[in-house]
Amino acid sequence: MPSVLSVVDLRKLYGNAVAVDGISFEVRRNEIVGLLGPNGAGKTTTINMILGVLEPSAGRILIEGIDIAEHRTQALERTNFAAVYAPLPGNLTVYQNLRIFGLLYAVKQLRGRIEALVEQFDLQKFRDVKCGVLSSGEQTRVGLAKALINDPQLLLLDEPTASLDPSTARDIRARIRENTARGTAGVLWTSHNMYEVEEVCDRVLFLSRGKILLEGDPKTLPGEHGKATLEELFVTVAREPLTLEQV
Amino acid sequence: MNVDRIAAIMLRQFYLYRGSPVRVMPLFAWVTVDIVLWGFITRYLNAIASSGFNFIPGLLGAVLLWDFFIRVMQGVTMAFFEDVWSRNFLNIFATPLSISEYIAGLVLSAIATSSVGLLVMLVLASTVFGLSFLVYGLMLIPFLLALFVFGIALGVLACAMVLRFGPASEWLVWPIPALLSPFAGVFYPVSTLPQWMRSISYALPPSYVFEGMRTIVSGGALSSTKLFWSNGLAVGYVVLAALFFTRIYHQAVRTGLIARYSAESVS
Repeated sequence: MPSVLSVVDLRKLYGNAVAVDGISFEVRRNEIVGLLGPNGAGKTTTINMILGVLEPSAGRILIEGIDIAEHRTQALERTNFAAVYAPLPGNLTVYQNLRIFGLLYAVKQLRGRIEALVEQFDLQKFRDVKCGVLSSGEQTRVGLAKALINDPQLLLLDEPTASLDPSTARDIRARIRENTARGTAGVLWTSHNMYEVEEVCDRVLFLSRGKILLEGDPKTLPGEHGKATLEELFVTVAREPLTLEQV
Repeated sequence: MNVDRIAAIMLRQFYLYRGSPVRVMPLFAWVTVDIVLWGFITRYLNAIASSGFNFIPGLLGAVLLWDFFIRVMQGVTMAFFEDVWSRNFLNIFATPLSISEYIAGLVLSAIATSSVGLLVMLVLASTVFGLSFLVYGLMLIPFLLALFVFGIALGVLACAMVLRFGPASEWLVWPIPALLSPFAGVFYPVSTLPQWMRSISYALPPSYVFEGMRTIVSGGALSSTKLFWSNGLAVGYVVLAALFFTRIYHQAVRTGLIARYSAESVS
């Protein structure tokens, strides 16, 4: 069975500037992979290429073995995402947004799927409320419900808990973990919260200046590089990437 | 093409119109103003004209058809602007939706919204100002079809322009019908125009429609070749507009503009 996501020699140039520099990695089933790195490291660029909204300069992206460049629709049917910078239209209600995105992903038995997600993310009382008037935490929950509407095999989460209070963030992490463990999906997760990454991710990739600098278990990786915590390792990647050995 | 995905684009428009009287009003408010205004102008012209010529089918009919064309074009662009205004490009273009499905959804939304305007105009023009559509006979159908298809083409072209130049370029879209109207011969025969303007008129499907309409009203025989030509031109423009939109979309995906649309450019 192929990996949920295979990225091979992926590269993105903006003019002469290299945003992503020939990275390769995989996300396996039931695995949550953290894509970490300082601002401008290439995380969101990588996610945008996987989502098909940014064309790579070189390399391949395979979602369940399907090349997104050749079979975009089939690849994206298996994918979904939530990002703090991509809120759902605020002039539509929670139900309307979920219905529209359910249709866009051609979800079977959509009504039942929406009801299940509304219940799973405690959105019952906001069902007919416009998304624009919800708090940022509530909007994040709606965004996650949308991200799971098609039961994606590949879930991309770009700082999904960035605007949440610690209690809600913990709750969301638990739901994502539960969802990943239950099905056959894999998750690519970006975050600047190292505590969260350690709690959630099975494996992390450290990105710096468009390259993968380090890869490993978030619990053991800091020790392997002489650091006490993942946060300390992150700071080193951000400030002194050359002191770390490249994978 | 997947019917569900096309329906999603239409459903979004339906939800927005259902929940917002501010969106519903323009569907019929401006066409009502136009028909009332031009209805009284034609009545006045009928009263002062010594020739006994009836201006209602020639002039009011032209206003009706031209307004229909504008509503079709705006129906496409308004549906597209909803994604611009709600910064929804990343969400929508990261789904399996194809460009042809997206355009089909915009076109079907435009059919629904422009039909409202057309219905209001037909009722108002016939009941209040006595415009009889029997004058045009079955020719009304190909007339409407040519204007509809050309309206779609311009709407898609306008969407491509806004996609290329960013949200601030929205203003470029609104004057397009006004820029075309002198060449389209809406209110006067194309022969009135100087030669260089006539050359442009011949490339515009509406000019054949309005020439044909005046021919019928004055009792002349309508050339089926010209009717065919106007519809053929309109279809050609739709194909070109769709190709142009697709090209602009792929360019936006290549440069990263889709993902950073609010920045208006990636340079």
